[in-house]
Amino acid sequence: MSAAVVVENVGKQYRIGEAESYQTLRDCVARAAGNISRRFRHGQRERKAQAERFWALRNVSLEIRKGDVVGILGRNGAGKSTLLKILSRVTAPTTGSIRLRGRIGSLLEVGTGFHPELSGRDNIQLNGSILGMSKAEIRKHFDEIVAFAEIEKFLDTPVKNYSSGMYMRLAFAVAAHLDPEVLVIDEVLAVGDTAFQKKCLQKMDSVARQGRTILFVSHNMAAVSALCTKGVLLQDGRVVATGPITDVVQKYSSASGVSSTSHWTGDYGDEYARLKESWVRTVDPGGAFDTASDLEVGIRIQVLQPIEGLVLGFRLFSQYEHELAYVLYDDAESSSPPTVFPGEIVKRFIIPGNTLAAGVYKIGVSVGIHNFRAVVLYSDQGSLMFELENVRGIGRRYPTAPLRGYTSLFRPNWPVI
Amino acid sequence: MNSALETGLPEPLVGVASPVESDESPEVLIEASEPLLALRLGDLWKYHELLFFLVWRDVKVRYKQTVLGAAWAILQPILAMLMFTVIFGRMAHMPSDNIPYPLFVYTALLPWQLFAFALTESSNSLVANQHLIRKVYFPRLIVPVAAVLVGLVDFSVSLLVLVGMMIWYHVRVAPTAVLFLPFLVLAVITALSVGLWLSALNIKYRDVKHIVPFLTQVWMFATPVAYSASLVPAKWKLLYGLNPMTGVVEGFRWALLGSATGSGPMMPVSIAAVVFLLLTGLIYFRRVERSFADLV
Repeated sequence: MSAAVVVENVGKQYRIGEAESYQTLRDCVARAAGNISRRFRHGQRERKAQAERFWALRNVSLEIRKGDVVGILGRNGAGKSTLLKILSRVTAPTTGSIRLRGRIGSLLEVGTGFHPELSGRDNIQLNGSILGMSKAEIRKHFDEIVAFAEIEKFLDTPVKNYSSGMYMRLAFAVAAHLDPEVLVIDEVLAVGDTAFQKKCLQKMDSVARQGRTILFVSHNMAAVSALCTKGVLLQDGRVVATGPITDVVQKYSSASGVSSTSHWTGDYGDEYARLKESWVRTVDPGGAFDTASDLEVGIRIQVLQPIEGLVLGFRLFSQYEHELAYVLYDDAESSSPPTVFPGEIVKRFIIPGNTLAAGVYKIGVSVGIHNFRAVVLYSDQGSLMFELENVRGIGRRYPTAPLRGYTSLFRPNWPVI
Repeated sequence: MNSALETGLPEPLVGVASPVESDESPEVLIEASEPLLALRLGDLWKYHELLFFLVWRDVKVRYKQTVLGAAWAILQPILAMLMFTVIFGRMAHMPSDNIPYPLFVYTALLPWQLFAFALTESSNSLVANQHLIRKVYFPRLIVPVAAVLVGLVDFSVSLLVLVGMMIWYHVRVAPTAVLFLPFLVLAVITALSVGLWLSALNIKYRDVKHIVPFLTQVWMFATPVAYSASLVPAKWKLLYGLNPMTGVVEGFRWALLGSATGSGPMMPVSIAAVVFLLLTGLIYFRRVERSFADLV
């Protein structure tokens, strides 16, 4: 088996802000003028230029053999997408070189180049061609694509009139029929509903079984483990591990630095109330800790004596130790705190998706009696820690990694008018 | 479908190399820097099908959701011709080398409007296709080239109108009329040359978008569309020839209407100017092409 992809010392440097916004001549002139005046005042050029650049990738060397299905893992901002972009020739490396053997196809997004005014039929041809299929290949696969997407009846309808589900199915169907020797896939599975994701996974699995070389980035660990044979772990733009996928997935989980405690059980408190259990999980069972997911914070206590004015809730802290919120279960009620009687009390608090930005968060449970005593307060008992990734949420198109200076704590879905 | 997927357990895949391809498949080399003069024009041919699809898409979408549809292709030059005829022909009595003024100006508007359209569209083409540039590889050159070629469709339609007008004015179509073709090619290449510069600059400096309408307007007055090049004093002719569109417009009149002036001595200057613009445009475009996705 020969090498399909050889990556040698590849590095990619960005200027901060470069990826997000274009410049205008005015900015350039303003910056130049600013530099001159600064130089005049300080007698030397400020060494700001270095701070404005960062390496998204550094000294990455890899050899991928023909037929390997490689999962590329790493946190947001580790350089996964940059690597895929360079491999698919969308952007050029700053240093190093890559040798690819065979035709390369890349799916950095589904539905690239779809035109809303054109019909499904036209878009299959256009999108197929953009993804690198020849006219003959498009003709050959046309019927299969239509059948896979289940859009026979709407073939001549402009895609702007499609439902989002139909649109996604069509987009994926075209992409699924691309058969280059090396296939590069980014987060394609992060779209669509669970059933659709499963269908996509199955299709990809069958592609993988045809002996093609695949490079695959996903946050879906189950999918990565199931599909890939080998793994590459990136951290801060460098390769920190390569090898069989199971080893790399394990390293990824342990090297992540955060021991996320999403569930606590115990027995802590006093003669009035005892904290028994606390948890944080996605409302959608088995969902990912994504900024777009609704999260549930749950607290279970055992009340031993009647309590007038039960305080029950939690504090939310950022990774920078900001206290972001102090939430109590009866905050919204205008009446005086209720009296509770002995027994078990379970409260579930929902943090809607698209509230918090990607990052690490800590939850401290708070149980007490109003104006009387604190049962659990500023205690590690019952505290939780979790990390949110931004895979599907608001602001996903832009880097949200703290590494790059993006330290927002909220990424809300505020209306834009 | 298979056990690996359902259990979520990894199952070692045996990489079954298919016997056909193996080492014969072409090798692609991606490097940090490229030689300055690697224009890679061969890529254009390799991706000619995509070029076709991009042109096809733009033609197809062009008049979607308009009431008059493709009739716009005819209406635009006709309306422009009427306007010029009223203002310059009737009111200003602009001399038109003894050719009926409407015919005189329409023959010039044909290549001019093609040029102005191609220039505007190609300048904006990379930004307009940024969603593709950020996600898929193809030689970026095909984007401005496609934008320029789209203009040829409208041009063909307006050419038919010219034939109708020539019949109306009893102008005999000489066999030499086909000689307008080289001038057409010159117009297209001129638009592309400027389009290469402006589209690449537009990626970094969106000022270009605001400059282009002004540029085309000034350029039109520097081109003998509404007037005859014979009005320009002889001593300025060479300088005037630096504008390749002068040669194009005069060439169209000479080939189609048999006007006396022709482009004559200005042509070598025009061609030299275009070759210079095209080569520098290509080199500049190729130099910055690799960072388009990072900047757009």
